[in-house]
Amino acid sequence: MNYGPLLFLGILLTLAGSWFGLVLVPNQQLGALQPSVNTNTGAIYPQPIPGEAAQGRELYRSLGCNYCHTQQVRPDGFGSDIQRGWGKRRSVARDYIYQKPVMLGSSRTGPDLTNIGERQPGYDWHYTHLFNPQITSKGSIMPPHAFLFKTQKIGFDGPSTNALKLTGEFAPPAGWEVVPTAEATQLVEYLRSLRSSVDIPEAPLPKSE
Amino acid sequence: MSSPATPGVLAALSPRDADTSADRRAELAEIDASTSGTVLLFFLAGMVWLLIGTVFALLASYKLHAPEFLAGEAWLTFGRIRTAHLNAVIFGFSAEVAVGVMLWLMCRLCRVPLMAQSVINAAALFWNVGLTLGIVGILKGDTTGVEYLEMPKYATPILFVAFALIAVWTIVIFRFRREKHLYVSQWYLLAAVLWFPWLYSTAQILLVLEPARGTVQAAVNWWFGHNVLGLWFTPIGLAAIYYFLPKVIGRPIHSYYLSVLGFWTLALFYNWNGFHHLVGGPFPAWMITISIVASVMMIIPVVSTAINHHFTMVGHFGKLKYSPTLRFIVFGAVSYTVSSLQGVASSVRWFSEVAHFTHHTVAHAHWGMYAFFTMTMFGSMYYILPRITQREWPSERLISIHFWCTALGIILYVAPLSWGGWLQGKAMLDATVPFLDVVKITLPWLKLRTLTGLLLAVGHVAFFVNLVWILARRFGPYRQPEPMILAGVTPATPAGK
Repeated sequence: MNYGPLLFLGILLTLAGSWFGLVLVPNQQLGALQPSVNTNTGAIYPQPIPGEAAQGRELYRSLGCNYCHTQQVRPDGFGSDIQRGWGKRRSVARDYIYQKPVMLGSSRTGPDLTNIGERQPGYDWHYTHLFNPQITSKGSIMPPHAFLFKTQKIGFDGPSTNALKLTGEFAPPAGWEVVPTAEATQLVEYLRSLRSSVDIPEAPLPKSE
Repeated sequence: MSSPATPGVLAALSPRDADTSADRRAELAEIDASTSGTVLLFFLAGMVWLLIGTVFALLASYKLHAPEFLAGEAWLTFGRIRTAHLNAVIFGFSAEVAVGVMLWLMCRLCRVPLMAQSVINAAALFWNVGLTLGIVGILKGDTTGVEYLEMPKYATPILFVAFALIAVWTIVIFRFRREKHLYVSQWYLLAAVLWFPWLYSTAQILLVLEPARGTVQAAVNWWFGHNVLGLWFTPIGLAAIYYFLPKVIGRPIHSYYLSVLGFWTLALFYNWNGFHHLVGGPFPAWMITISIVASVMMIIPVVSTAINHHFTMVGHFGKLKYSPTLRFIVFGAVSYTVSSLQGVASSVRWFSEVAHFTHHTVAHAHWGMYAFFTMTMFGSMYYILPRITQREWPSERLISIHFWCTALGIILYVAPLSWGGWLQGKAMLDATVPFLDVVKITLPWLKLRTLTGLLLAVGHVAFFVNLVWILARRFGPYRQPEPMILAGVTPATPAGK
């Protein structure tokens, strides 16, 4: 192997193989995937997420939530994702067509969030959990996100409507209240928007539902 | 020290100085001197990034079992610190030291002095400016959110320009080679500089600049992510092992044919491996299967390289006592085999079902990037630095501390965390175990990881002190007058008595 050009060619051709096979071909197969339209109801799935939730998604990315939380439900019989209630059906490529970037995640230091909006539909749980996960999930190793909240003096009109209902060791001093910032609201809107239990041809919901 | 070589095919193909004439040694000295400033620049910058990356690593590791620690600010949150750690050690430490080792090896093996050093020095400057912007960007929250490509858009073009300069210059050195024989290390180095820009530009375009649709991004992401290790760090690590192992023990590589087999099968199979990170994910089965098959095929390059290295070493293990280079390099070579075979296992579906989303994967990444690559780079630096500074290492004790802290540190990091991750995965598979109980299972292993991280940190500091010390000797008032001409053929840098 003392002939430079041959070496050069071999090096380029080997990578060209997987560049073709693992980049171009998947792009050909999945890169033009369209939403599915339910023939009975006319409902379109998936839909781009609305404004506030989309801003929340940016925050999710920027804080690096995806390093501890996946957003992919593995198929029934492979892992316990469905038994754990992380989804009613497996995730498929179509679920992600509007996502930039796609944040499948690679670690489950925390639970999967594909359907967190279905599992926890309310606002209160999300705000308290973000403010300090120990309140809702004792023993969690998720960091508190108190920096997304404001501790302020209660005004003349009484407590703010969106003030967190905190008790015991987590409660602010008397006369003070904890309110979410705009960012916290966006993040919660995003988390609440995460739901994928929609019947689509390639991944129907289980019949018993 | 080294006996004069009997000329033969194997001897001619080995990097050992078959010709021990004074001319040859003078030539080596000239080449080493030409690379000196540039290689030092990359090594020093890389080591500074290693220390920064270690601080981020310790913070991130500690936060994982003490979540309220330093949680008051967004930039200190786990998701950002962990990412800053990864980018500092991958694109700061590993990549810069790799470039330093690569340039030095390429010049020596081609028998060409490094020309127009200012071009490469400028590349080093660009690289560090881009990287600083990138890491500050991550801490600020401008991350792209794409694993292994987190640095924001305003940093990556600078890195790309820097890398392009480095790649072009390496190819130029290769083009003007005066040595007709191409040694196996040169194949790997040439491959690395040709592969990386292709990977990086494809990934930047399809993920950051003009994102592909949906899950195609995840596919490109792992094609890139796995290949950064497989087609950039691995070839440079192997090039270093192939060079230093025979060099230090003073005998040629066991088999030329195994080197050829190892190189081409690695080139053929490694780049198809990436999708084993997507097992169980929202992809057509063929994509996953093809990567699992390619991952299993990796047994061929890994085992042939392991056999080749082992039979080169046989009968010379006693030299591990004296040569710090050899110690680190052999540790790296063995780790390459072990971590690659573990990677093969991890790619298979039944294994992945348990281990995929757990700390087992984190352990595996450190097995490859640290136990193999980082240790190999440490070994290379132990050999190169005395030759480019013309000074011996000032402190044996610091070398010992460095070796034992990092060697024990990484074994105690990787082995228990792999097991802890496996337990975590087993518990997660059982849907009757509440998630918070799964978290509880991981805690002791995460705490142990912080302790071993401290051990690694001690090793890094010891090495850094020695590095600064050798430079102080080089540039300080106590310039030693001895020439370095013999250094080129010294079989080992003695660490023992």
